[in-house]
Amino acid sequence: MVVDSYKFLPRSMKVMYESTTVDELEPAWAPLPKPLHRCTVALMTSAGIYLKGQPPFDEEREKREPTWGDPTYRVIPTDVRQEDIACSHLHINHDDLLEDVDVVLPIRAFKRLEAARVIGALAPEHYSFMGYQERKLVDWTTVQGPELAARLKERGVDVLLLAPS
Amino acid sequence: MPVLARTIEALGIPTVTVTMMPDLAARYRLSRIVGVEFPFGHSFGSPHNDALMDTVARAACHALEDAQAPGFRLDVDAEWPVPLEIAYKTWHPKQASPIVAQMLKARGATEG
Repeated sequence: MVVDSYKFLPRSMKVMYESTTVDELEPAWAPLPKPLHRCTVALMTSAGIYLKGQPPFDEEREKREPTWGDPTYRVIPTDVRQEDIACSHLHINHDDLLEDVDVVLPIRAFKRLEAARVIGALAPEHYSFMGYQERKLVDWTTVQGPELAARLKERGVDVLLLAPS
Repeated sequence: MPVLARTIEALGIPTVTVTMMPDLAARYRLSRIVGVEFPFGHSFGSPHNDALMDTVARAACHALEDAQAPGFRLDVDAEWPVPLEIAYKTWHPKQASPIVAQMLKARGATEG
């Protein structure tokens, strides 16, 4: 099947996305450094989840400045408990992820892939962003992106899976 | 999030992106794309549906193993288990987001 990227959006949003100009880009590519069954994999979501006790994403500024989104991220450990999860994201319904966070951060599935030796290991920590961002995305390209890449390398992570929400 | 994927990949970490909007990801020329036809906020499926989560996770692994060049796309053959007329509405937040509220207000002003 071919996925319809706009199935759950109003038709006006399809027109908007399709008319949005994307700069001519070189393709992004980094090869796997070793076979997947030896790679350590980390996960990333843009669902705006955080741990109770961590600061939430800044909804108040977004309410004042509707075109702004909090660019920061939160670290979520592999052994997180469902009851420790909270969410600040003004663009999606939170009910399902607050019932089962694996709908946006699939830790159980990747633990099973680790046990089946499809991947080498699931990293001990994962990352949560709040996906609504202003279009220039300068913070992500100059601050959080490079910071996170360095963090992944320091921790021996070989592959990052991103799950936009 | 495509920009974040590109930034991290450019710094040497291979990525795979599981997305409800694979067309958009392809326009951003991401390396490895897995498309899912699921409502927003559900990139790996519905709560406690571990079989569906495994299907998507294995598709991501296939993309990582099979892609030999950027622009690899694999769409997951899975229908959302809730009728469209319901799923179309239920992924939305209970209150309109600030930008949507602003747009609706502007439209209302235009339409008088």
